[in-house]
Amino acid sequence: MKELICITCPRGCHLKVDDNMNVTGNFCPRGAKYAVSELTHPVRTLTSTVKVDSKESPRCPVKSKDPLPKETIFKAMEEINKVTLSLPVHIGDIVIANICGTGVDIVATKNISK
Amino acid sequence: MINKKLVIIGGGSAGMASALEAYKQGVTDILILEKNDYLGGILNQCIHNGFGLHEFNEELTGPEFMSRFSKAVNDNHISYRLQSNVLGISKDKVVTYSNSYEGLVEVKAEAIILTTGCYERNAGAIQIAGDRPSGVYTAGQAQLYLNCYGYLVGKKVFILGSGDIGLIMARRMTLEGAKVLGVAELNPYSAGLNRNIVQCLQDFNIPLYLSHTVKEVKGKEGHLEKVVIAKVDEKFAFIPGTEVEFDVDTLLLSVGLIPNCDLLNNLPLSFSKTRGPVVSQDMETEIEGLFSAGNVLHVHDLVDYVVEEAREAANGAVKYLNGKLSHKGHIYDVKPGNGIGYVVPQKIYLEDANDKLVFKFRVAHPFKDINIFIKEGDNVVKKLFKPAIIPSEMEIVRVDKALFKGEAKEISVYVEERK
Repeated sequence: MKELICITCPRGCHLKVDDNMNVTGNFCPRGAKYAVSELTHPVRTLTSTVKVDSKESPRCPVKSKDPLPKETIFKAMEEINKVTLSLPVHIGDIVIANICGTGVDIVATKNISK
Repeated sequence: MINKKLVIIGGGSAGMASALEAYKQGVTDILILEKNDYLGGILNQCIHNGFGLHEFNEELTGPEFMSRFSKAVNDNHISYRLQSNVLGISKDKVVTYSNSYEGLVEVKAEAIILTTGCYERNAGAIQIAGDRPSGVYTAGQAQLYLNCYGYLVGKKVFILGSGDIGLIMARRMTLEGAKVLGVAELNPYSAGLNRNIVQCLQDFNIPLYLSHTVKEVKGKEGHLEKVVIAKVDEKFAFIPGTEVEFDVDTLLLSVGLIPNCDLLNNLPLSFSKTRGPVVSQDMETEIEGLFSAGNVLHVHDLVDYVVEEAREAANGAVKYLNGKLSHKGHIYDVKPGNGIGYVVPQKIYLEDANDKLVFKFRVAHPFKDINIFIKEGDNVVKKLFKPAIIPSEMEIVRVDKALFKGEAKEISVYVEERK
């Protein structure tokens, strides 16, 4: 039996997982999914910023469109810190495609026009 | 002097949400006043995800969440003034503001919604002993520098206070190459959400020192060199011999948020335990037509709840503008009872209230296995069981208005441990 705190949403359910991967204590189905993933191959959504070629808005926030395997997070940060965007930037623009071979894109999370 | 039906002070999530709700309900003569040169307030620097699960049923980052609201404000041509600093609000609802392109402007508002958010408690507010070196920041300040301008304020960091912004900055600075040596929390429990303890501290093996606080900061040469933390007893007194010293260049403070309602200081209003103004079920202050919502009223855990409350305030303002707030009939005082830190609202006009009465509150400290009671005089109106409840999570309870008799003077909210 393993105990976890669900990080899927701010509710923070206390989950219990038995040896057959049966999850209890979850308020919604995402909790069960999280518990199984956390105990088999943990993933995290990564958010950061990249440089922008603009005096008014020097940084653009970005996120991984889907969660990344936990062990790739610091490698992904290295790649993110190499990027400079030019204007304009739109929410959802791909900043880095298939980061670190994970199949996940890093996308912009802000509209910047100047 | 210009005239406006509704003036909204603050263009963050609460301000935009209340403007959009009032607009939807037919009040279109709106002016939003925003001190920054952008809408969206604090969400602009909250680049992490976790916003919008209630509102949009998806997980968004702060800027994404905010941009949906600013787009709607622009699409509906709701007028706003940026870089506009509000200097005062008078009792008869004249709002004075200034900016570089209009000068000093007076607006006579029929109704006002105050949505000015909150500010962080800083080093001066918690009286840390020791030197006064540079390198001590509030967590939100460090967040602004890093996320909006790209400056990492330090490489070796200690964090005082386990508020969510501090936890989020622990992760954020770690990702950017800083070493976060630990987080100290005065209370024996965390002030932040459990999920942030897991994904911001445990993921990076950052220790959380509960019942600890900073005893001294050292930095003789002008910049921070060391922080000394020590364990505290139940009365928050330092326990001698428990001191631990850390070599750091940065101390971040995440020690609480305070409603930013200085604009109300000269008005004949009373304030509640939240340090925000006393409000009714419609988020109306004691001045008729002056409403308030969001973190200026009480600090929320989730922007989704801020948005919900902003809509309640807008709904109240529209009722007021349409002459539908009578302020007559039975009036209750709402009081926090045993185990409760605060309750919003503090007043209920039963006649004016919508079908459901909404009570928002926090417990004063963590409880397990308790019943929450809402009582009208001596009569229990609602009872609900909670297996666990903590101060960092706001509770929202909705009760049918029909269950209230309109007799007793007081409604109280309290907790009782189950036997």
